[in-house]
Amino acid sequence: MRGQLLAVTLVLACGVATYVTMRSAFRSLELAQADYYSSFRFADIFVHLRRAPVSLGAALADISGVTSVQTRIVMDVSLDIPGLPEPATGRLISIPERRSPMLNDLFLREGRYLEPGGHGEVLISEAFALANRLTVGASLDAVLNGKWERLTIVGIALSPEYIYEIRPSEVFPDNRRFGVLWMSGDVLESSFNMKEAFNDVSLSLSRGADEREVISRVDRVLSRYGSLGAFSRTDQISYRFLTDELGELRAYGFVLPLLFLGVVSFLLNVLLSRLVSTQRAQIAVLKAFGYTRYEIGLHYLELALVAVSAGAVLGVAAGLWLSVGLMNLYTRYFHFPALRLQSAPDILIVAVAIAAGAACLGAVAAVRRAVALAPAEAMRPEPPATFRPGLLERLGLRTFLSPASRMVVRNLDRRRWRATFSVLAVSLSIAIIVAGSYAIDAVELLVRIQFQSVQREDVTLVFQELQSSRARYELARLPGVLRVEAFREIPARLRFGHRKRRVGILGLPVDAELRRPVDSHLRPVVLPPTGLVLNKALAELLVARPGDTITVEVLEGARPVREVTIMALADEPVGLGVYMDLSALHRLMREGETLSGAWLRVDARAAPGLYASLKRTPSISGVAVRQVMLASFWKSFGESIQVSTAFLVGFAVTIAFGVVYNGARVALSERGHELASLRVLGYTRGEITRILLGEQAALLLAAIPLGVVLGYLLSILLSHFFARELFRLPLVANPATYAFAILVVVIATLVSGLIVARRLWHMDLTEVLKARE
Amino acid sequence: MPILQSQPVMPREPVFRMREVTKCYLLGDVEVHALRGVDLDLFAGEFIVVLGPSGSGKSTLLNILGGLDLPTSGEVHYLDHNLTAASDAALTRFRREHVGFVFQFYNLIPSLTALENVALVTDIADHPLDPSEALRLVGLGDRLNHFPSQLSGGEQQRVAIARAVAKRPDVLLCDEPTGALDYATGKLVLEVLERVNRELGTIVGIITHNAAITGMADRVVRVSSGAIAEIHCNSARISPSELSW
Ligand SMILES: Nc1ncnc2c1ncn2[C@@H]1O[C@H](COP(=O)(O)OP(=O)(O)OP(=O)(O)O)[C@@H](O)[C@H]1O
Ligand SMILES: [Mg+2]
Repeated sequence: MRGQLLAVTLVLACGVATYVTMRSAFRSLELAQADYYSSFRFADIFVHLRRAPVSLGAALADISGVTSVQTRIVMDVSLDIPGLPEPATGRLISIPERRSPMLNDLFLREGRYLEPGGHGEVLISEAFALANRLTVGASLDAVLNGKWERLTIVGIALSPEYIYEIRPSEVFPDNRRFGVLWMSGDVLESSFNMKEAFNDVSLSLSRGADEREVISRVDRVLSRYGSLGAFSRTDQISYRFLTDELGELRAYGFVLPLLFLGVVSFLLNVLLSRLVSTQRAQIAVLKAFGYTRYEIGLHYLELALVAVSAGAVLGVAAGLWLSVGLMNLYTRYFHFPALRLQSAPDILIVAVAIAAGAACLGAVAAVRRAVALAPAEAMRPEPPATFRPGLLERLGLRTFLSPASRMVVRNLDRRRWRATFSVLAVSLSIAIIVAGSYAIDAVELLVRIQFQSVQREDVTLVFQELQSSRARYELARLPGVLRVEAFREIPARLRFGHRKRRVGILGLPVDAELRRPVDSHLRPVVLPPTGLVLNKALAELLVARPGDTITVEVLEGARPVREVTIMALADEPVGLGVYMDLSALHRLMREGETLSGAWLRVDARAAPGLYASLKRTPSISGVAVRQVMLASFWKSFGESIQVSTAFLVGFAVTIAFGVVYNGARVALSERGHELASLRVLGYTRGEITRILLGEQAALLLAAIPLGVVLGYLLSILLSHFFARELFRLPLVANPATYAFAILVVVIATLVSGLIVARRLWHMDLTEVLKARE
Repeated sequence: MPILQSQPVMPREPVFRMREVTKCYLLGDVEVHALRGVDLDLFAGEFIVVLGPSGSGKSTLLNILGGLDLPTSGEVHYLDHNLTAASDAALTRFRREHVGFVFQFYNLIPSLTALENVALVTDIADHPLDPSEALRLVGLGDRLNHFPSQLSGGEQQRVAIARAVAKRPDVLLCDEPTGALDYATGKLVLEVLERVNRELGTIVGIITHNAAITGMADRVVRVSSGAIAEIHCNSARISPSELSW
């Protein structure tokens, strides 16, 4: 009994713990986000443009619904960080020299704000500072308009715009090689020849303002100034990642506890049903003495409450502990001024209440019938288990099975529902591991696809200004460069029917090897001489198909608007890629050979020399090195794999153990007498153990294929859940994952079965024969 | 019946030999002496009835003979098997190969039919009877596919006997086999036991509270307070059908 209650308690604790952890993390992140956004005036609308006079800010402020306007200069530049071989990319953002209320305000963690007239002073983002061990007072070099300048760090800051700090168009954050720097607006204005001008603006809206209307009015005002199109928070990367994460937390925080508590209900039901039937006579006596059915029922409910209270204490404690861990994990990716754990009492109370509800559900169903029996009826022993020809006979299996195996089948057949639920629960534990590991397998596959088949370059360079074809030859002369593929990227708005989307169209050279769109079988998609190749996810967003002609509104230069046909679809897991043949793109733009950047294949041995010369090349604003980025990704991913696998296994083992241990204990209680009488007849310990555990083995055998199927279905569900614009998890079924899940559950079953079997071995045979049953 | 060939009676060399057998149970600090120095021999082909007041140690004696329990001291031998300090595995093998048990509460497996209950034992025996033959022997040839819950008490007890007999044990030990049965059914069961003894030459030991049964035995053992009070040899066995009580 104690063992069984312990098993129930553990499963219940898992339910409570997952609820507390996920809800607390959800609440904490949500509150932190809301608080941060409002206290530091996170903007509602964002626009990047080429150049506009500061006076235009007033026109934007006049748009109805706009409450404030923050114009600024934003520039990506190359940085030389002490101790970092390759150049990093810094996003310079202008702020007023005198601190004033502004949108996307800064939280100053350390140091001080800029001092008026203090040339070369800079605030840097905390994530960047931590990753590069940069402290207040240190200096770093940045290319400001073609010239290296030394900047001094006077403060370390955080901005609501960069809670998730990632280089645009990249998949994982790399805080060593991308950081945000805030500098005096006056300094940036003069450095970049932007006197009285801005190239970026954020707006905040009044409550109830029509966001879409404002966006289209802003676009109208700014289109003459090279606007890349206004967008709302939903398309703001940091906001999007955080919000997606919150959605995930909310879903998991609902589903996982539900599964655990469902199992709790079932286990308690089986446990109490058996208890009530063994104590039938006692119940009758109590009733005869005048105890009401409620008093008796309460007695059994108390037992359930023991499991609930123990499980609740354990679950709340574990949940709080895990929330701290989870919050620590989140602080690695999401940078808040303060991310405090919000385990409000109401979360704990709800957790315990749900758990108690689930337990009572199972318990009441078990006890109700027994306590309703009239005392006289209950006094009589329970009618013997009746068996009728059933499953065995119907399946015609009878002659193939030994009598001992028939015992197993008939007992399962007699308690069909119990067997069904047990199978479901055990298969659930397999499915939990499979589905949980799916995300891991899928991310691994995603990275493999993206960085082996799609992005094959060693280094990506982005030019500060558009370059002519000469740039290609200059790059080829750099040390260690084996191959140069230059590309053109133009910002554009694709329009099909009433749907539209802001994208970057990539023009690739005919013989591109380093970057190429691939289809779902990872075969390169050959770029047609004219027309577009669209990522499938983008095509679905636009509800367009190959053969459809869509409108391309270029958001650069003369901003031509063209009709272009979709020639083929690509199917990559990352981003919403749009590809075009490089010369076709040039023709579309009516421009000569103009280049935005290049991909390089590099001789690894010469890489340090290359990085050094890239650092000395001011015309390059961004350098991304595939190898280092992947290495840093695998490192942090590897750590999180271990943690999450440990949890999945823990959850699965708890459920499998709970179900099998309870099942075997109940079977022992129901059939211990039978099995002992087999011992009297000369059956060995091993033989009766096999009969006892045969039931659990049969259930396990049924649960394995079901668990595999269930796990696969959940994986499909998750792959839809994770079909995001930023990335899509491919559907993958890794045989090793399935084998591992099965192995874990088989071992858990075996161990819990053997723990129960030990009791069988120590049963006193002569004792058994004295009892009637 | 050809399968029930009678075996020649081998007199005088005992099959079971109990010497100075005691059995103590510890109940907290109190020692309960269930057997205090029992000497008993059982011979081939014998039919023995054990009588005695409740708590006198009859079941304990039978359990030790059948290899279900070990004596606290003394010696128990079955032919050349020493049962005195046998391991659990050895005792299991002994029961499996040589002993058939019948109990007051039938102890049938409810999830198996009559036939399957018997087959359960013939499955693990060396030279068993055919399970349906064994059931025919106890007069249940038409109840083969009934589950225990579909049989009367007497029928269940006869299935239990068929199960005990089917493996052709060398000894059949019955603890109050008629205890839960009415007069007529009880007699029926006794007739079956007598027939098994006569036709198969199996040693049969029966515990009973019913003194009237003693007439069908070769020897009657009276147990009192854990010791043998008296062993009485009947000059002639009475057929169970002639018994009455
Ligand atoms: N497991 C046990 N623990 C303690 N005492 C026991 C145990 N089994 C039997 N005894 C004691 O040993 C004595 C003999 O018991 P036994 O069962 O052999 O009696 P019996 O002659 O078969 O009685 P009955 O006719 O009532 O079945 C009794 O006093 C009983 O209380
Ligand atoms: Mg007895």
